[in-house]
Amino acid sequence: MTTTTPRRSGGLGRVLIAVYGLLALAATGRSVYQIFSEFDHAPLAYSLSALAGVVYIVATIALLAPGDTWYRVAWITISFELVGVLVVGLLSYLDPILFTEKAVWSFFGRGYGYVPLVLPILGMIWLYRHRPRVVEPVAANAEPAGTV
Amino acid sequence: MIDWFTTVQVIVACAAGLLSVVLGLAGRTPADITNGATVMVEALLLAQIVISIVSPLAGNTPTGSGLEFWVYLVTAALLPPLAILWGLVERNRWSTVILGVACFAVAVMVFRMHQIWFVQLA
Repeated sequence: MTTTTPRRSGGLGRVLIAVYGLLALAATGRSVYQIFSEFDHAPLAYSLSALAGVVYIVATIALLAPGDTWYRVAWITISFELVGVLVVGLLSYLDPILFTEKAVWSFFGRGYGYVPLVLPILGMIWLYRHRPRVVEPVAANAEPAGTV
Repeated sequence: MIDWFTTVQVIVACAAGLLSVVLGLAGRTPADITNGATVMVEALLLAQIVISIVSPLAGNTPTGSGLEFWVYLVTAALLPPLAILWGLVERNRWSTVILGVACFAVAVMVFRMHQIWFVQLA
């Protein structure tokens, strides 16, 4: 069965990708700095931040790249980010000592303007609306991505 | 780092960000006004780089980590050119929104730089 994956990188998706790229940059850059300068303050939180940063990079690429495989990778990475921010967000309220506010997921992303909490949800809505469809003669006129 | 200059910088970056997001959502492609606003944000960042090099010589040193401060400043200065370049390659309204997103990101980063330089509580 042939499927077609609508372009995910068009239109509003561009903005989503740009924000994902920014968050990837912010999370990776900052956590690398934190790991080298003050790892002992919150080793778990900083390690998770670095992991989050790397996964954000993969998510950014997956949103940009075309094809079914990348579509699946995008779902996996974005789901991972949502689970991460929810679990760590909850844990950080239960044990504030373990999770510093300066980490990406701590306190549901408060230190990052809650962007880490909102972005996976927007990403999932975006992915759902651009899901692969079975190619049929009639279904060929799937909504064109990138309409201005 | 100079307190009032940094405040001006955050205000200008927010204004430029708001302008581009609004015009972008209104359907405008990147134009002189939005690119110009972004260039202004970049010009202030370049001035901030000069100020931050000179300040320590005059005894005005960061209270926090100098390395962290410079990582923020250099990264922030890269964002406006990248956003403008993006808008030149892809000419649609979303590129205008991205100009705005870059300006807002610069505003947040300058705010963080201000904290690192002046109020280091940790």
